[in-house]
Amino acid sequence: MKETFDVAIVGAGPAGISAACILAEAGIKTIVFERGEYPGAKNLSGAVLYGHNLAQVLPDYIERGCPVERNIVESRIWYLSKDGGYSIGYRDRIFAGERKFNAVTVGRAKFDRWFAEQARKKGALVVPATVVVDLLRNERGWVAGVVTGRADGEVQAKVTLFADGINSPLARKTGFRAEPKPEQVSLAVKECIELPAEVIDQRFNVGREEGVTAEILGEITEGMDGIAVLYTNRSSLSLAIGANLADFRDHKKKPYELIEQLKQHPMLAPLIAGGKSLEYIAHWLPEGGYDAIPKLYGDGYLIAGDSALLFNALHREGNNLAMASGKMAAEAIIEALKRDDCSRRGLAGYGDRLADSFVLKDMKKYRRFGKFRYEHKELYGPLPHLAGEAAREMLTVNGVSKKQKQKLIMQHLRQGKFGLLRLARLAWQGWRSVK
Amino acid sequence: MHIVACIKQVPDTAQVKIDPETKTLIRTGVESICNPYDLVAVEAAVQLAEKYSGKVTVITMGPPQAESALRDCLALGAQQAILLSDRAFAGADTLATSYTLAQAINKINDADPVSLVLCGKQAIDGDTAQVGPGIATRLGYNQFTYVAEVIGLDPASNTITVRREIEGGSEVIEGKLPAVLTAELNLAAPRYASLPELVRSLRQEIKVWGARDVAALPEQVGLKGSPTMVREIFVPPARGGGQVFDTNEDKGNAVAGFLDTFFGKEQRLLEELLAKDGHAQE
Repeated sequence: MKETFDVAIVGAGPAGISAACILAEAGIKTIVFERGEYPGAKNLSGAVLYGHNLAQVLPDYIERGCPVERNIVESRIWYLSKDGGYSIGYRDRIFAGERKFNAVTVGRAKFDRWFAEQARKKGALVVPATVVVDLLRNERGWVAGVVTGRADGEVQAKVTLFADGINSPLARKTGFRAEPKPEQVSLAVKECIELPAEVIDQRFNVGREEGVTAEILGEITEGMDGIAVLYTNRSSLSLAIGANLADFRDHKKKPYELIEQLKQHPMLAPLIAGGKSLEYIAHWLPEGGYDAIPKLYGDGYLIAGDSALLFNALHREGNNLAMASGKMAAEAIIEALKRDDCSRRGLAGYGDRLADSFVLKDMKKYRRFGKFRYEHKELYGPLPHLAGEAAREMLTVNGVSKKQKQKLIMQHLRQGKFGLLRLARLAWQGWRSVK
Repeated sequence: MHIVACIKQVPDTAQVKIDPETKTLIRTGVESICNPYDLVAVEAAVQLAEKYSGKVTVITMGPPQAESALRDCLALGAQQAILLSDRAFAGADTLATSYTLAQAINKINDADPVSLVLCGKQAIDGDTAQVGPGIATRLGYNQFTYVAEVIGLDPASNTITVRREIEGGSEVIEGKLPAVLTAELNLAAPRYASLPELVRSLRQEIKVWGARDVAALPEQVGLKGSPTMVREIFVPPARGGGQVFDTNEDKGNAVAGFLDTFFGKEQRLLEELLAKDGHAQE
């Protein structure tokens, strides 16, 4: 089409819309392309969002009617064997008061639609149901806009922001970033289970509109490097489980088998009992960590969010990295446009901002965590199994002396080749990978 | 040539559920779409307008969110869109709806004479197929329902020829304009809008008219103007599975059992077959 734009954004997810809000606010002519029927139609995550990062983009998000499902007041971690498990949790009244909306659950179909509507109100043009299929290049080879799948669908822009998620046919076609390798990606499946709000309140021991998150590790991923999560929405639960894609390949396991087994687990079954399955969806997660991050900007373009493989696997943070990187990309674009230099050098403010922020600092801190997890498969098999056996033994009252029980447990551990030394080494290596 | 297309925003009925207690439609979490037959009507209108250098105005009656259905129609190439939205319109049945739409078309006609009105043959939520004919009757226009093809249109003689689908076949009829057409799905295939048209549809302002704007009488719109009473909405009982005759065990028994059961239900067929058989033996 004839009309040109300052900025073209590919993808109306948290990264793209955060950027669109900031750019439109600054009066920059911005067009956003979304492949789904509406923003959010194809977007997927856990989905926990963090108020801090949303407020950085929209300080008045509550007044604007942000569709929050539940405000998270408690976080649980479970370590499960096949038949049992350990549970630890932390609840704090500060998350119901002063730091309310620190973390919230949202439904992405509703949230992303609302978020995009805010960008539209600020003046960004959000074009749904339109796929970006290729890039325009200028005579110097710079990215100079996008080609959509519609008739007369070429759009010239001074800067293009790729915020099109991890599974990007556009990246595959144009090579603006490399395809992640199987070991750098997790495949997760999620089921939404409908339950009346009051049943969720009771089962999780929370007030209306308050919620709980549970991160679940152990034998549930059957020896594969993976994790499950259980999040409370207003009147549904999100249950998701995922594992490294290379592990799925090597173990020849199927994601739906994992989630079906998980639903039978004694820690899960009573919480989801009587629930009706609303939807079943799948998604990739960028788990390659710091070392997998591609070149984040170049002549005429930047990459943000999942598309840039920005993801903190340890803390299950993705949405906030997407929002923060989208915002920083927008700020760098504003600078570049002011200086009328949209070259790689002109956009370098993006790299500086990211390096200086929690986004890259956190990812750098945990750069060895992915490798640690991937190389220590015992964390998802023999270890939780033995830990379960140990607890079983200690808790069974059967006239055997505690000293004798302790001996039995140590015997079990040694039989499972988990001497104290090895456990200590595992703990040390784990700590080193995240310290 | 000025063509008006009437559309309706409907819930995506593939997903509609009924609350077993209140017997009402559960609308939460159900997407709204433009009625598919109406999209066909709009596409057909746009094609005619392109052919006869005319223009298309799309109208709908509904709540403010019905705007998104109008935008879908603008993307197909309609030039303007008008939303009839007023609290007084709420609760309208087909009688009140056709009245309100006809009032709006009268007003549009005053400013720019209307030759054709296109509607979908029915909406996928109510399936009544009454509003199109209702509009034609109120406006005193000829009506062509279940139209599958516009064979010819002659602006000079003000004549339109269409093929309409009827039970067991189709018929070709001709009549004078102005007329109302209601569209079958095969009348036209809604286009995949070009990017500039889609962008225009997202930006264009949509006029909103209330009851007063179309000079509608309060007692003829909305719930007040709607004599229809819905006694009950219910989910039809699930069909039971068919009977299975297992041929793995005893083939003869299974076939005999099937024939007994089948002809037990189809006595007349059996008698006919026996009569034919008798005839053949003669």
